[in-house]
Amino acid sequence: MKVMELNNVRKSFAGAPEVLKDISIEVDKGEVVAIIGPSGSGKSTLLRCATLLTEMDGGELSYSGERAAWNDENGKTVYAKDLKKIRSYFGLVFQNFNLFPHYTVLKNLIDAPISVAGRNKTEAEAAARDLLMKMGLSDKANCYPCQLSGGQQQRVAIARALAMKPEILFFDEPTSALDPELTGEILKVIRQLAEEKMTMVIVTHEMAFARDVADRVIFMDGGVIVEQGDPKSVIGDPKEERTKQFLSRFSN
Amino acid sequence: MDLGSVLQQLLVGLWAAVQLFALTLVFSLPLGLLVALGRMSSWAPLRHLGTEQELAGKANGKLVLALRNFRPVQLIVKLFISILRGTPLMLQMMVVYFGPYYVFHVSLSGYSRLLAAVIAFSVNYAAYFAEIYRSGIQSIPQGQYEAAQVLGYSRSQTFFKIILPQMVKRVLPSVTNEVITLVKDTSLAFVIAYQELFTIAKQISAAKTTVMPLFVAGVFYFLFNSVVAWIMERIEKRMNYYD
Repeated sequence: MKVMELNNVRKSFAGAPEVLKDISIEVDKGEVVAIIGPSGSGKSTLLRCATLLTEMDGGELSYSGERAAWNDENGKTVYAKDLKKIRSYFGLVFQNFNLFPHYTVLKNLIDAPISVAGRNKTEAEAAARDLLMKMGLSDKANCYPCQLSGGQQQRVAIARALAMKPEILFFDEPTSALDPELTGEILKVIRQLAEEKMTMVIVTHEMAFARDVADRVIFMDGGVIVEQGDPKSVIGDPKEERTKQFLSRFSN
Repeated sequence: MDLGSVLQQLLVGLWAAVQLFALTLVFSLPLGLLVALGRMSSWAPLRHLGTEQELAGKANGKLVLALRNFRPVQLIVKLFISILRGTPLMLQMMVVYFGPYYVFHVSLSGYSRLLAAVIAFSVNYAAYFAEIYRSGIQSIPQGQYEAAQVLGYSRSQTFFKIILPQMVKRVLPSVTNEVITLVKDTSLAFVIAYQELFTIAKQISAAKTTVMPLFVAGVFYFLFNSVVAWIMERIEKRMNYYD
């Protein structure tokens, strides 16, 4: 069964041309998918549609076979009444971290598991401390986000998403707000998650990283998927003219 | 003239002012939050009146489009705020105190001046606090809502756990400003002859033909405000546990 399935997504914002034109993506369990493409190609909008932050105009969405959205007879998207269960299937890591500044690192990690997922406090705290150890942040549990570097904050954000035990984790340009050194920290963590067979969809501008870590690379432009497949072939030897043009700026 | 007895009378007035001040805060701070939420309400019962494409070119299209954006709660609250901010508090207090008699011919006996003042002050200050809260809520980055939504927080959990605590910290300096103004505004209650500090000072001053009681009242207000400012500063410091 597919962990996530998006079919025929269409999206336009008032008065502007379509951002997404009939896009379909499915993700298998344990698969790491990298989405690359120029700014304005619709990558982030696609991720926002998948995470229910933006409503699709048309299209279907399901997680582990459970329907979150489908088309009515006019081809317009209808959403399920109760999306709470659906939201528990996925996590999202933002470009700007979006940690809760008034909570300590530990509280950032345990609050949603306790008050949303209904886990007990001891269990949530133990899980959170394990995650922090994995992220190399054990000594930061009682710090506030403002006391951490950008790379540390992003690792906390990844841990916060993982604390909800999602089936699939989305990353929206997770390193775009970081300098090259801190970028390395984050990529290392994502690589580690890939080795543990975490299902992930990563929107990124880090081509070398996409090539090394992803099982599949999707190149988007102008609201459509131009090319997708094995990273070595899409990034190393693209077929489409537009992909070649985009990647010509990137050299090994 | 006996300074001791003047001080004693003024202290009674100060206590009356403190009561009005404290009761006003107790009611207006939470009421302001309610008003702020109403002010930001996007409830539009008529928004399903057809889509833009359907309406294009139709004779009454513009009217229907306007009706779709009709937000009754927001509109009423906006009107409420603009009246309360746009007219003198003194006048509002008179309306609250004398209104029941003129409108309903209800007898005033037993209707306490303190009660009338507290009602007028609370409603008036709620309007100001509401706008301060609104500015605070709107200054919270959209990303906080999105992070909460993705983690599965409900709308009320998002508001009470994520947005409200951050809002309180952000609005504290502006709230302090209003609270200090409130200390001095309690003197306006003289208009319905509520026996507070300023009313009493003026009475003694007129009876004894001396400005001394007014001067002492000024000192009392200043001391009162010093205490308020000190408390607010402490609260602000306590909120400084994060940036």
